[in-house]
Amino acid sequence: MAEVIKKATREGYGSGLIKLGKKYDDFIVMDADLAAATKSGAFKKEFPDRFYNCGIAEQNMMSIAAGVAATGKKVFASSFAMFAIGRAFEQIRNSIGYPHLNVKICATHAGISVGEDGATHQCNEDIALMRTIPGMVIINPADAVEAEKAVEAVYGFDGPSYIRLGRLAVPVIFDDDYKFEIGKAVTLKEGNDVTIIATGLMVAEALEAYEILKAEGINARIINMATIKPLDNEAVIKAAKETGVIVTAEEHSVVGGLGSAVADLVTNEYPVPVIKVAMQDAYGKSGPAATLLDEYGFRGKDIAAAAKRAIALKK
Amino acid sequence: MDSLTEKTLKQTACKVRMGIIEGTHAAKAGHPGGSLSCADILTYLYFEHMNVDPKNPKMEGRDRFVLSKGHAAPALYATLAERGFFSTDLIKTLRKPDSILQGHPDMKNIPGVDMSTGSLGQGISCAVGMALSSKHFGPNYRVYTILGDGESEEGQVWEAAMFAANKKLDNLVAFLDLNNLQIDGTVDEVNSPKPLDKKFEAFNWHVITIDGHDFAAIEAALNEAKTVKGKPTAIIANTIKGKGVSFMEDQVGWHGVAPNDEQAATAMDELNKQLEALK
Repeated sequence: MAEVIKKATREGYGSGLIKLGKKYDDFIVMDADLAAATKSGAFKKEFPDRFYNCGIAEQNMMSIAAGVAATGKKVFASSFAMFAIGRAFEQIRNSIGYPHLNVKICATHAGISVGEDGATHQCNEDIALMRTIPGMVIINPADAVEAEKAVEAVYGFDGPSYIRLGRLAVPVIFDDDYKFEIGKAVTLKEGNDVTIIATGLMVAEALEAYEILKAEGINARIINMATIKPLDNEAVIKAAKETGVIVTAEEHSVVGGLGSAVADLVTNEYPVPVIKVAMQDAYGKSGPAATLLDEYGFRGKDIAAAAKRAIALKK
Repeated sequence: MDSLTEKTLKQTACKVRMGIIEGTHAAKAGHPGGSLSCADILTYLYFEHMNVDPKNPKMEGRDRFVLSKGHAAPALYATLAERGFFSTDLIKTLRKPDSILQGHPDMKNIPGVDMSTGSLGQGISCAVGMALSSKHFGPNYRVYTILGDGESEEGQVWEAAMFAANKKLDNLVAFLDLNNLQIDGTVDEVNSPKPLDKKFEAFNWHVITIDGHDFAAIEAALNEAKTVKGKPTAIIANTIKGKGVSFMEDQVGWHGVAPNDEQAATAMDELNKQLEALK
């Protein structure tokens, strides 16, 4: 087996910005004193005159970004998910979302894979918060390649968007000719016994689950749902019809994330059991990311176990 | 300022005040007190100062205005209507279900509104973003905003003030509508942000203090602001909440209550008399 290359999705943010910066000069990038960590600092290094540091003031940064966008210009704004989305939620809702302004929020350090910084920095709520904003596009890339392509895609999107990125180096799944499209699910493995819909770093874990299940004679369909809003309804309903049960996998709270989005849809249109692999209604804690992912049940084996429970519900 | 210009501005401000009464009365809701206190500043900005075109509200390179104290929407709408951005007939549709005139400014649907506001403290940051955009991308234009004194209890105002000075946004002017009252009482009782002049000075702004109902003073302050290099300007405008309607002046109770039929009639009568006296 070839060696697995690992890279954090935030690296894709930095490289995506630089690619865009070389092609276009009609956007600026902002950060709130976390440029080195979010990787917007890579863009700053290359294009210092097109980068603005707002200091430790995320609420102000989001409203400033709204003001820039209100003049018809493009702007990326980044910080950690906890502060970009959590602290500045109301600014995003009222200054960016309500007027449907062209602000590209790219926040890193989402989920418990932040690791040692602990619960105050482990944002498990951002997808839920952003889902409540009408017109907001939410993208949670699975790897650095998809992250870079998502950054390029939101550049071309006219409206509010949020790209959720991680700190932890995760397996690179896609090669450079991978085509990313906002709102399009990608089926990574075909199967008809159960569908596993995963997002972010859980996509690599879902591929692990596929192998575990295959060894037991279970054929799982694996879907990478990078765009959580707008959800690829067609892919979800097709999965519900063809496989009868769905497992969702996300490094986010069980409340309001991908699992809720999928459940909301199938409940209305084609009810089937949906089992969510997610952070239970609890805070995380300090520790190495790998240990936390083991402990809180974010591994391929956890997804495989959920898939078997889901299949049992069919009978 | 010559006397004819001043007289014309006073007449226009009087009509704006009538629009505020007409709108809030028809809506049976809204914020007349803080609208009346900033009516003269808005009148001067839109009729004498800002580079805007009512026939082309989205004109490239126009000056921008952000009503950070978004609840003074009746004043902004009355000013825009009087200036010709939309029909004055719309004023009486304020806050009605099918009206474009939302309770707080909505940039998506109202001609001449440059930014949606209403949640206090955010508008100044948006104005800062517009000023930054002009500096970075051009063309050169100026950005104006009006904040309430109560509004400056919001921490975000000071985040915005810090950033604007740090980035030397000398194309930005923030008016502080110092009417001394907020919903729950006087600003001093509730949680005073004063002294606002000293605070903005400490945040490295150029500060000018004026009587916010004196057109010559408003003009002089705005002209001075244009000469300032490397710093944003704060114009601390001492105003009277409810200005122009005797029974509303300096009354806490008129923050967010609309005049009833009788009160509206009395107010319109007073304003008509003021207008007559200016002829």
